[in-house]
Amino acid sequence: MSSDPLALDTSRIPSRPSPEPRPFFRTPVSETPLVKAALIATGLAFIVLMIFLPLAAVFFEAFRRGVEPFFASLVEPDALSAVRLTLLVAAISVPANLVFGLVASWAIAKFEFKGKSFLVTLIDLPFSVSPVIAGLVYILLFGSYGFVGPWLIANGYQIVFAVPGIVLATIFVTFPFVARQLIPLMEQQGKGDEEAALSLGASGLQTFFRVTLPNIKWALLYGVLLCNARAMGEFGAVSVVSGHIRGKTNTMPLHVEILYNEYNFVAAFAVASLLAFLALVTLVLKSVLEWRYGGELAASGRH
Amino acid sequence: MSNRSFALLRPAPSVLPGWGFTMGLTLTWLSLIILIPLAGVFVRSAGLGWDAFWTLAADPRTIAALKLSFGTALIAAGVNVVFGFLAAWVLVRYDFPGKRLFDAAIDLPFALPTAVAGLAFTALYAPNGWIGSLLVPLGIKVAYTPLGIVVALIFIGLPFVVRSVQPVLADFDKELEEASATLGASRLQTVARVILPTLLPSLLTGFALAFARGVGEYGSIIFIAGNIPYVSEIAPLLIVIRLEEFNYAGATAIAAIMLVISFALLLLINLLQAWNHRRTGIQA
Repeated sequence: MSSDPLALDTSRIPSRPSPEPRPFFRTPVSETPLVKAALIATGLAFIVLMIFLPLAAVFFEAFRRGVEPFFASLVEPDALSAVRLTLLVAAISVPANLVFGLVASWAIAKFEFKGKSFLVTLIDLPFSVSPVIAGLVYILLFGSYGFVGPWLIANGYQIVFAVPGIVLATIFVTFPFVARQLIPLMEQQGKGDEEAALSLGASGLQTFFRVTLPNIKWALLYGVLLCNARAMGEFGAVSVVSGHIRGKTNTMPLHVEILYNEYNFVAAFAVASLLAFLALVTLVLKSVLEWRYGGELAASGRH
Repeated sequence: MSNRSFALLRPAPSVLPGWGFTMGLTLTWLSLIILIPLAGVFVRSAGLGWDAFWTLAADPRTIAALKLSFGTALIAAGVNVVFGFLAAWVLVRYDFPGKRLFDAAIDLPFALPTAVAGLAFTALYAPNGWIGSLLVPLGIKVAYTPLGIVVALIFIGLPFVVRSVQPVLADFDKELEEASATLGASRLQTVARVILPTLLPSLLTGFALAFARGVGEYGSIIFIAGNIPYVSEIAPLLIVIRLEEFNYAGATAIAAIMLVISFALLLLINLLQAWNHRRTGIQA
């Protein structure tokens, strides 16, 4: 729907009135105005109840005691260290998935081989695994009772209950985001452009950077955007491997939980509202990408 | 392992470079981050032996938690099929002010961190919350009961159904509806017998995606559920509790059961999407 390239910039044009000539007339393929109004009212009421109201509640609770306690709970040292850790984790895991997404979609979309759809399913696997299990698997590997954990810990490498474990768990849950955005688009674009570039004497890397990358840049940005939102907001997987050491291994979502369990509701909702704000920014950027570059995003890959 | 699959995955001849490098890196990275760690769960479970595994799996608290996770996810996905279809219908078929805002808002559950959603729903549905205080006089308790879990899971699953149905509905050929109307079908008959059958694969795909996500959901639930063992304790939470008790065998057994069911669901989703693709030509 938003993939229509003609939809470009319609925001500045007043929308066309719907082609209904008279108020109580209905064509055989539409509903009566009364039914239509009832359907719209019910559908929108549901969206308001399930989407807008919770969002409003977060900001309302955050500012319940006024502006000062709100900002006070954002600048205290534990909150700041949670913000720093969240940014650090996203700064490692998002580029890791970006590179993987590019590499995997090149192999999958530009070549024909047996077992392709199976490979795509494997890449999508993390979407159907509970985040808690995503954390658990790294405890089983790297924990003190794990497969390689005892050896690593004896040699001074702490993976779980430390930052590396948080990064690994985050990469796990955000693994498919970039790849699944790019694969359908690159398959649809085919390899004609690349073959032309190669036949004109471009090297493989030149072809990739000057031909392929410009073709997929908006879809790539779209995937990175969603990947980043999940990386910064991940709770379950990170909670299992973090160890919850205040000021050290607490990300923002974990900090929210700790504050909430200490009945420090204003602070919990203040940090939560910061995350909600991040989600809103993500949604706005995502919508802008869909409206402006819908055709270059591949209508299929929306997730 | 990656070397063997590498030989199996020989591509059709192509002039494009980079097959060996990109496929090798993909398989290595996939194995290291996803496949080997996941295999660890099954290696651990196998190491327990069948009897020990079965004792852990048949633990009444585990069974209650699994039943709760699957039951609430099933109900929430069902609600989402009805209201998600309605929302998709309204967003595709009708024009009204603010349509783009509502359409964009559908994706909020994808973007909002689950812990924030959990906090928000708890604040709304607690006995003194905006909605909770309206429901208390009616004798309905949502927060700290299984009903609260369902509400949180409806939020989490909504975009899966809407985004599965929307493209198929937008692509639906109006002439089929006109034909149905000329042949004397009422509007309701046309919707039920002409439109719904076409949408069925995408509705089922949305249902399965929402269900699969709901079964494993953790962050948005633990705040609103109350987490009472046997009553409102979900399976992922029980895994966390077992881990905190250093009962790794117990945690692994629950995880293995959930993984097997998740993989079955994933297979089902793939089949549904293939069916949808065959029927409508739209890749969900």
